[in-house]
Amino acid sequence: MSASSATSTAGIPIHEALCRWVFSSIGKKTIVAVTGILLVLFVTGHMLGNFTIYFGPDLINAYAKHLRDLGPFLWVIRLGLLATVFLHIFFTMLLWKENATARPQKYAVGDPIKTTVFARTMRLTGLFVVAFVIFHLGHFTLMIFNPSWTHLDTELHGETVHDVYRMVVLGFSNPIVSAFYIISLGLLAFHLSHGIGSLFQTLGLSTRKMRPVYEAVARVYAWALFVGYSSIPISILIFGLGKNTIK
Amino acid sequence: MSIDAKIPAGPLDKKWSSYKNTAKIISPANKRKFKIIIVGSGLAGASAAATLGEQGFNVECFCYQDSPRRAHSIAAQGGINAAKNYQNDGDSTFRLFYDTIKGGDFRAREANVYRLAEVSANIIDQCVAQGVPFAREYGGLLANRSFGGAQVSRTFYARGQTGQQLLIGAYQGLEAQVAAGTVKMHSRTEMLDLVLVDGHAKGIIVRDMVTGEIRAHAADTVLLCTGGYGNVFYLSTNAKGCNVTATYRAYKKGAYFANPCYTQIHPTCIPVSGDYQSKLTLMSESLRNDGRVWVPKRKEDCGKAPADIPEDARDYYLERKYPSYGNLAPRDISSRSAKEVCDEGRGVGPGGLGVYLDFGDAIKRLGQNVVAERYGNLFEMYENITGESAYERPMRIFPAVHYTMGGLWVDYNLMSNIPGLHVLGEANFSDHGANRLGASALMQGLADGYFVIPYTIGDYLNTQFGKAKPDVNSAPFQDALAAVKARTSQLLSIKGNRTVDSFHRELGHIMWDNCGMARTKESLTAAIDKIPKLREEFWKNVNVLGKGETLNQSLEKAGRVADFLEFGELLCRDALQRNESCGGHFRSEYQTPDGEALRDDEHYAHVACWKFEGENATPTRLEEPLSYETVKLATRSYK
Amino acid sequence: MNFTLRVWRQDGPTTAGRFEEYPAKNIPDEASFLEMLDIVNEELEKAGKESVQFDHDCREGICGMCSLTINGVPHGPGRGTTCQLYMRKFQDGDVITIEPFRVGAFPILRDLAVNRTALDKVIQAGGFITARTGSAPDANSVPIPKVVADESMDAAACIGCGACAAACPNSSAMLFVSAKAAHLGLLPQGKPESERRTVRMVRTMDDLGFGNCSNYYACEAVCPAGISASFIARLNRQYTSAAAREAVGATTI
Repeated sequence: MSASSATSTAGIPIHEALCRWVFSSIGKKTIVAVTGILLVLFVTGHMLGNFTIYFGPDLINAYAKHLRDLGPFLWVIRLGLLATVFLHIFFTMLLWKENATARPQKYAVGDPIKTTVFARTMRLTGLFVVAFVIFHLGHFTLMIFNPSWTHLDTELHGETVHDVYRMVVLGFSNPIVSAFYIISLGLLAFHLSHGIGSLFQTLGLSTRKMRPVYEAVARVYAWALFVGYSSIPISILIFGLGKNTIK
Repeated sequence: MSIDAKIPAGPLDKKWSSYKNTAKIISPANKRKFKIIIVGSGLAGASAAATLGEQGFNVECFCYQDSPRRAHSIAAQGGINAAKNYQNDGDSTFRLFYDTIKGGDFRAREANVYRLAEVSANIIDQCVAQGVPFAREYGGLLANRSFGGAQVSRTFYARGQTGQQLLIGAYQGLEAQVAAGTVKMHSRTEMLDLVLVDGHAKGIIVRDMVTGEIRAHAADTVLLCTGGYGNVFYLSTNAKGCNVTATYRAYKKGAYFANPCYTQIHPTCIPVSGDYQSKLTLMSESLRNDGRVWVPKRKEDCGKAPADIPEDARDYYLERKYPSYGNLAPRDISSRSAKEVCDEGRGVGPGGLGVYLDFGDAIKRLGQNVVAERYGNLFEMYENITGESAYERPMRIFPAVHYTMGGLWVDYNLMSNIPGLHVLGEANFSDHGANRLGASALMQGLADGYFVIPYTIGDYLNTQFGKAKPDVNSAPFQDALAAVKARTSQLLSIKGNRTVDSFHRELGHIMWDNCGMARTKESLTAAIDKIPKLREEFWKNVNVLGKGETLNQSLEKAGRVADFLEFGELLCRDALQRNESCGGHFRSEYQTPDGEALRDDEHYAHVACWKFEGENATPTRLEEPLSYETVKLATRSYK
Repeated sequence: MNFTLRVWRQDGPTTAGRFEEYPAKNIPDEASFLEMLDIVNEELEKAGKESVQFDHDCREGICGMCSLTINGVPHGPGRGTTCQLYMRKFQDGDVITIEPFRVGAFPILRDLAVNRTALDKVIQAGGFITARTGSAPDANSVPIPKVVADESMDAAACIGCGACAAACPNSSAMLFVSAKAAHLGLLPQGKPESERRTVRMVRTMDDLGFGNCSNYYACEAVCPAGISASFIARLNRQYTSAAAREAVGATTI
């Protein structure tokens, strides 16, 4: 009794405690879940931003300009996002490495038990999404595939601004690009179908009764994102959204 | 030879408290100097290891399973008795004591049983404190149910898994001590012999079941908590691994084996369905709280579907014969009544070896939900095994060997006649007399381990101060080691034509047919004639393949069956010598005109203690008279 | 009924294993899976071959000793332990593959028997309530709401067989650990040690080489005791909260 009361106020140093938590199985998963939430929020915000395209060139161009005008703050967001993605992937890899060694000899037969296809393909879909993000940045942010897009300018309230509207319409007028985009977002939806439901469990918010609810909501949310995102290339490619601006 | 049970003087209800007040205590500094070997990790073994370790003794615990949590105590379903009187239905220590003595057909020792009833309340407190999730009422207080052989509700339960929960409580206490360094656990290690040094139990010989290494362990005292010998019948509700080896080896080293013929046949088991069967599955006796036992009145109806047999063509024989206890009549009586109606040709199911346990009325009265809440897992188990739903048609049940009241003789300190050899739980003979009441086995195992041995062990250990510590390199250990190794090699070298299981099955048939629910002089004599022949064939013709140096389950089984083949004979001898019927021992020659057990208190109110006299020599039967100071011997009636 | 068995045979912990094929003939459909193996073993022994070593004990679904993976599923088809699996669940003529529980933390001893001492070590790390014998207050002195006692019992039903880890694609033992943390942590008696218990059990589990939980729920699907994976959510929550409280000095582990 005396031994424990002597140490009751001291404990271990805070950084040591944090470190132990971070590298515990639950700590690592929690980091993946929390970074996952941030990325889901980003993906959601990004989609809502994209929807400005439906309200004509002025709104989306103004939105783009507003983002660029953030200046250094934009870089904070970008670096934050990059760090989030890095942590998400880094801790996933750590978990994956440990999981891979936890069963040295695999079963000879048998189908996966209960595990959904979404859960089983998390790493694959995640990697694909990363590849897509790199392409997507090169495509619309750095415009390295179409350097001429950097000169797409337009007038907005008397200022010359980058014509994001026309760039997007041009970009998605290419059926291959659109197809790749839609497939990638489908895989993102796969990833999130497990990921969003799973984070409730990892963060300890799930209960026996609520788990199916969370999972259903997660799945609906993931595929709503897919529908939302895909609606843009489909509108451009099939319904001719903005066709008149690129003639 | 006089047998001294060392019962403290004084009035019955003061014996234990006065014993505790004057018991010899080992000081904390000295406790760690004493090493205690505990064989078995069931309720008795685990609770003893946890408590003795916690007290500061240096404990080594052994079990044959891969983890102490697997011991067969885990399978007890129904509950644990305690004289708490939480239901305010008139229960008391004395009433629990009296019920247990009466349930045991007045063949148990008064002082031990009273102590058991006394500590029963502490067990519940202890278990709740360590996190056993007993069933509770909505208000948060503990719930109770009634059980066979009692007219009060004193049984505490955790769904149908009471044994599991109690064992896990004790197991966790044990593991806490392993972490604290006071207990060293040896799992997958089987005791194969007891070692005596100057007549005192000072160690054991074990086989590491993974590496096959046979080695000796020395200690200041040895506790056997190795359970019962029901598997001598081959088919029983015991786990496959349950065996008599530890206690039988101790018997062969001079410990008295007491009352081996007291075997309990449990009335509510799932009937046998074929020769391939490896064990019998018990359905908790608690089912009899709401289920009604019946068979058709007329033989001709036995083939009909139960729903087609009208109410007036059914014979609710327990309710008819024992109106006040009805379906809750004690186990021996219920089992024998089932056998009687089946012998009359009124049994149901394959081979006519079954009776109905019907929940139709309970479902009507309480609703299916309540019945499911009380017995859901048992109903599931029944459906899984038989493919029938007990919600739709009555269960078929039949008696099966379940528990053995006999065991190594112990005194009030739980020490056998070999100094230093303590025996706890089902392995000893002490508390249940000729028949054990439901929900009392868990009570006894935990009482012995948590509340009795920690007080009584000092009595022996105090005599051991200053004595030389036993050395595994000394002659007694090396001799025992050599003997065990020789026996192991012998088993492996016979290379005959029959499997171990075939011998075990044959022994089981001999035992069940001749020494089962009803025994006669003729049947027992026949068994005593047959068993040695089978044993002889075993040692000539058994086929044990493989090596001694690996995990070898055939070898493990062979060693156990070899001991059963000797022990079975001892059991039959005891049954033959006890010329009366009492509790689980029913001799057909001794019954009342209406078929009830007929005791002979004048000649048999004693404990029969068997003393080993050498290989193939007839053992000697000694007697410890049972003197009843408080209780008046009465004919046990549940009418 | 007749079957063909493909059985994993391995002579010892360090030797390489292999599959061998044995016929299982004239098996009654009321036989349990283990009784079917008994019959096959008797035939093997009669033919002079060593029997297949497999763990089993109570044969009534409660001790948790039996540990076979049947056609890739720990304990085989249906809910319950291997010993409670009956041959009527199979089709005549089926080829049945029998493997041990394959978990790195459960080394194979021989054939189908594995060493699950790792689970005992997790319990040693904190899976208990310290209650010195004889020091307990009256059992009814602390009323426990029925719902709490029931939920604790749901978790306490775990039989410690390890099928959760054997089924998990990551060999994670989270269901086992979370059930113990919930069984004891939900009860008022278990609250004082709850944080230490949770953290120490998780750390020990990690150290023993079990994998991490990916919320696949395969554990829950095979658990013979019906333990819900919601206890894992509870464990995640409790572990992080205890670790945070340890970090800020509000508790010691």
